[in-house]
Amino acid sequence: MSGAADLTKETEQTGERTDTPMLELRDLRVFYGAIEALKGINVKVYEGEVVALLGANGAGKSTTLRTASGMLSPRDGQVLFHGERIDGIKSHDLVRFGIGHVPEGRRVFPRMTVRENLEMGAYRFKAPDPDDMDRVFTLFPRLSERRTQLGGTLSGGEQQMLAIGRALMGKPELLLLDEPSMGLAPLIVRQIFDILEEINKQGTTVLLVEQNASQALQLADRGYVLETGSVAMADEASALLADPRVRAAYLGEGAA
Amino acid sequence: MSLNELWDYMVLGVVLGCLYAVIAIGYTLVYGVLQLLNFAHSEVFMFGGFGGLLVLTAWVPVADPSGFQSVIYVAVGMLAGAALGGAVAFGLEKVAYRPLRRHNAPRLVFLITAIGASFFLYNIAGKLFGRSSMSMPTMYENKTVVTIFGASLNVTQLLIVFSAVAMMVGLDYVVNRTKLGSGIRAVAQDPEVASLMGVNIDKVVSRTFVIGGLLGGAAGFLFGLNSKVVYTMGFLPGITAFAAAVLGGIGNVRGAMLGGMVLGMVETLTVFVWGDDWRYVAGFAVLVLVLMFRPTGLLGERLGRTA
Ligand SMILES: Nc1ncnc2c1ncn2[C@@H]1O[C@H](COP(=O)(O)OP(=O)(O)O)[C@@H](O)[C@H]1O
Ligand SMILES: [Mg+2]
Repeated sequence: MSGAADLTKETEQTGERTDTPMLELRDLRVFYGAIEALKGINVKVYEGEVVALLGANGAGKSTTLRTASGMLSPRDGQVLFHGERIDGIKSHDLVRFGIGHVPEGRRVFPRMTVRENLEMGAYRFKAPDPDDMDRVFTLFPRLSERRTQLGGTLSGGEQQMLAIGRALMGKPELLLLDEPSMGLAPLIVRQIFDILEEINKQGTTVLLVEQNASQALQLADRGYVLETGSVAMADEASALLADPRVRAAYLGEGAA
Repeated sequence: MSLNELWDYMVLGVVLGCLYAVIAIGYTLVYGVLQLLNFAHSEVFMFGGFGGLLVLTAWVPVADPSGFQSVIYVAVGMLAGAALGGAVAFGLEKVAYRPLRRHNAPRLVFLITAIGASFFLYNIAGKLFGRSSMSMPTMYENKTVVTIFGASLNVTQLLIVFSAVAMMVGLDYVVNRTKLGSGIRAVAQDPEVASLMGVNIDKVVSRTFVIGGLLGGAAGFLFGLNSKVVYTMGFLPGITAFAAAVLGGIGNVRGAMLGGMVLGMVETLTVFVWGDDWRYVAGFAVLVLVLMFRPTGLLGERLGRTA
């Protein structure tokens, strides 16, 4: 777990940054029993970026995030955070590094109030920071109105806001988001993406898993496309957005 | 069967109900965090009885103590019972259940382990402490100290009610107002996400067992004060308290308290009306009836993952 990062060894492709990424997944292989869900993927997220991770159902997007936040351990390969190996560290210890994970399906605590859910997000601290609480309520005025309501009684969009707010309470440097638009009305999705942009502007790096490729790529700086556990494409977001293969497969153009 | 007698029995029902309530909390807390029916909890209770007994018999008591001295003795006995109960619960989790969680064992294996641990614990207690019933030191002259509208309460009963209520209030505070309580509730609702928030699940589970063990152990001592201490003493109160937890809504702390009070009351009133032979019949009939109409118990599964 020492900083065995190799700072100099970077691929020499044109335009690629040579500084140390905030998060790097190196030749990552992850298994569920005998099923190989990730077959040696390489992903980099630099400080300040929004990186989109796209792919069909079952491509391995959630598995990627779950490995980055310590919920799963890779069989092979490494997870590096600021060049330091963090794979094998349990998720409850990993939060201290400043990685916030908004899980697939929101997963708010149903029998806790909005306020208690947010306080849980700050569990790693002695006490929740009131400034963070104010910040969350400013970003999501809807949550502010529902402070004493139970998480389980919120609408889907409100639950998503709560899940994001909860993660922000842990003061993450890096925010991992797993399909925040899933099952939400377009208007709400737009709101949430606007807020994600705001959060990123305020200094949080974002790794965003989405099936909603066009929204995600409009927000993102770069993107990766996963196909059955491998990286099929990696490029600038604008380039992916223009790529005919991406347009055909993920933006519903041409033959599906 | 005068009205006065009925009142007497009702007061006894409160005393018994308090004990069931405190034991039931142990079942419900552990169920909340692990979805495990910890049948060995009745043995934690039994060890608590022995813990108090051993300390009080070793620590030479004043013959015929005053009310004030009795309070001290009961406090010491409760602490000893709680300590041994907490220690047994701690060890039980570490030795019996944690390895199963490591290996993601199916639920049934947990249940069988719980029953096995229960057998092991009460047999080892029989071996260690002998197999005959023992009384708490005779210093506890059961003098009537308070009469409530004609029903008399002795020192012991008064202390049982007082201590049990204090434990319930304290426990409710811990679960709802402290950081450990937040961790317990978070693990109960979604362990995976709780760990993403920085909750160490192993630690929370272990502490939950210890809390249940402290309460169960103290209750074991209080129960022993009221009757006798013997290695089999856990079985009936344990199963009744388990029923109380289910009756109130398993996983629901306040439900466990309510269920315990209800079953304590039903049990003593049954004895009053039909005699001692029927003692455990009516309570379980109530349980079955309530579950037929409200399968999640009186207050619903609050701590748990569902409802
Ligand atoms: N808990 C699990 N047990 C077994 N296989 C799983 C589990 N979770 C995911 N998988 C499998 O791993 C692959 C990747 O899943 P996932 O990362 O959830 O994909 P995505 O998030 O891109 O939809 C899929 O084939 C899925 O069936
Ligand atoms: Mg997924």
